[in-house]
Amino acid sequence: MSRLDDYRGVVPQGTLDFLKLLAEKVQGKKFINVNSTRLGGGVAEILRSLLPLLQDVGVDARWEVIMGNEEFFNTTKAFHNALQGQEQRISPGMLQTYLEVNQENAKRLSLDADYVLIHDPQPAALIASRPPKGKWIWRCHIDISRPQWKVWNFLRQFVVKYDSAIFSLPRFAQRLPIPQFLIYPSIDPLSDKNRDLSSAEQAQILARLNIPLGKPILLQVSRFDRFKDPLGVIRAYRLVKKHHDVQLVLAGGGATDDPEGEIVLGEIREEARNDPDIHILLLPPDAHLEINALQRAATIVLQKSLREGFGLTVAEAMWKGKPVLGGFTGGITVQLVYGVTGFTVNSVEGTAFRIHYLLDNPEVMAKMGGDAREYVRQNFLITRHLGDWLALLNFGGGKN
Amino acid sequence: MTVKEAEYPFLFVGCWELREMLGRSARDEQQLLEMIEEVPLDSIYYHIHSYFLRHKYIAGPYPNDFATWAAIQVRDRVLGEKLSVLNPYDFENLESLRAEIVTIIDEHLSELQVIPRVVYGEPFYFMQSRIIAVPTGLEARTLKEFRDILSRVDVSVIYYHTFEAILRLRRKKGDFTRWMEEQPRFLKLAEGIQKLDPYMTSLESIRQRIVRLCDEALEKEAGV
Repeated sequence: MSRLDDYRGVVPQGTLDFLKLLAEKVQGKKFINVNSTRLGGGVAEILRSLLPLLQDVGVDARWEVIMGNEEFFNTTKAFHNALQGQEQRISPGMLQTYLEVNQENAKRLSLDADYVLIHDPQPAALIASRPPKGKWIWRCHIDISRPQWKVWNFLRQFVVKYDSAIFSLPRFAQRLPIPQFLIYPSIDPLSDKNRDLSSAEQAQILARLNIPLGKPILLQVSRFDRFKDPLGVIRAYRLVKKHHDVQLVLAGGGATDDPEGEIVLGEIREEARNDPDIHILLLPPDAHLEINALQRAATIVLQKSLREGFGLTVAEAMWKGKPVLGGFTGGITVQLVYGVTGFTVNSVEGTAFRIHYLLDNPEVMAKMGGDAREYVRQNFLITRHLGDWLALLNFGGGKN
Repeated sequence: MTVKEAEYPFLFVGCWELREMLGRSARDEQQLLEMIEEVPLDSIYYHIHSYFLRHKYIAGPYPNDFATWAAIQVRDRVLGEKLSVLNPYDFENLESLRAEIVTIIDEHLSELQVIPRVVYGEPFYFMQSRIIAVPTGLEARTLKEFRDILSRVDVSVIYYHTFEAILRLRRKKGDFTRWMEEQPRFLKLAEGIQKLDPYMTSLESIRQRIVRLCDEALEKEAGV
């Protein structure tokens, strides 16, 4: 289990000492987090790292996961897509399933605490059964700047009952009668996904994944999801391939709440057309070391998303000193300071152009990678996230 | 040599900022002007002052969010430059600072035929700041102790004693300067710290400069 002191050497000592002081007023407070999956996806990763740190500084933190059937997760996936702007058909039956599953979970879970933090739309309706005491906060991790309004209005009736809400970017904020806070997500530099790897360890993992090391590697790590534009990545690779003998790795982690992944995976395989330099890796949700090794082996990392909540894989690659090209969307624009810590791109052609430019200018890649790592150290590490949560609890969950 | 102690110790206080979104955004400079007139003062504070708390290690190209947005997102460098020379220390309170910002934008717009707006960039999102102050429990009685603690504390301590002390707690000078001034032999050091313009640099850089000034004073005291 991680302890705050384990971060010595990564984060300044003064900051670690200060975080402990920030925790003093909320010692012993009960703080429950609820989401929809323990495996896969950025939320589960953040909770896996943050909860032990909260416990280490004296907060009585707990993590609960809601349970649901296939229909429920199909519904919440449709919600997810609709909230990110994709037109979806949501039937009254799907809404009913959503409500029923939330009611069942409200009966099953004990949510009596000083603070309850509900992550994303899946468990949002638990608020309907909130106990009389405690502050409830809704944490939205996805880009809801252009939602399908019918779905947002349905969800909004629950969101307004919370004491406050948290979003990852200012543009995600909505018209709500409750305080809305900005908290960037973060990565854990000591987790298996981000910790240092020895070269032997790295070589062993890459060999197991059948990734040859001879050619420069372009890498995209993301769920197999249309919003991540994997087909656009393959098209950009093909444009680059005319000038540079590179290989492309598309590594996708599955999540138990994402039933659409297999369909998209089929589309990617079709687009790849058995090109021996395109490696499609379907990794299990706990393949953290594999992702770590791939990111470290990559020459350039891509996150060519069309919509993105935050895009933590960008920070992960930056932390490993890699130049990153990311779609001009969501939190990618906060992480990639154009031309300094990476490049944001708006098209397949733009992606190909920047890959080409970087491959032709290795000294730019090295400088950009170094600046990217420092930028992550200052803004996107788990210790900063811990401070934001502790501050929120200090403010009584944000309610005035 | 005897080490002289100050009558009162310097108590180091750090802070953490929680960022609150107001759910309001401006797409052109007229909207920006109107919203600046209406938003809570805590929002003016956020976009002008606590900007530095968010750029701890590097100074941004412009020293406040309004100037940065005008220059980078709207691509109106003229307004960006006009807003960047604002020195918040010249104003008695946040309300008078707000009035000056409004005047600058109003005058700028009166000289234009078309209102500059965002085309490719991001709208301006109004935020406000909730600062939580936390005493670190560290205190200094001598200049040497002061220098040593200052060089290792969380950088938010620098922010609290320079920006927060003057602008929200309405002290006339930064806390570091005031403590030095209470000790006659450090008047020159106090003057040196007072002269530092925190609006032109990062918090980390302010820390380094104060530590350097302390080192010079300590060397002088030791007769080096």
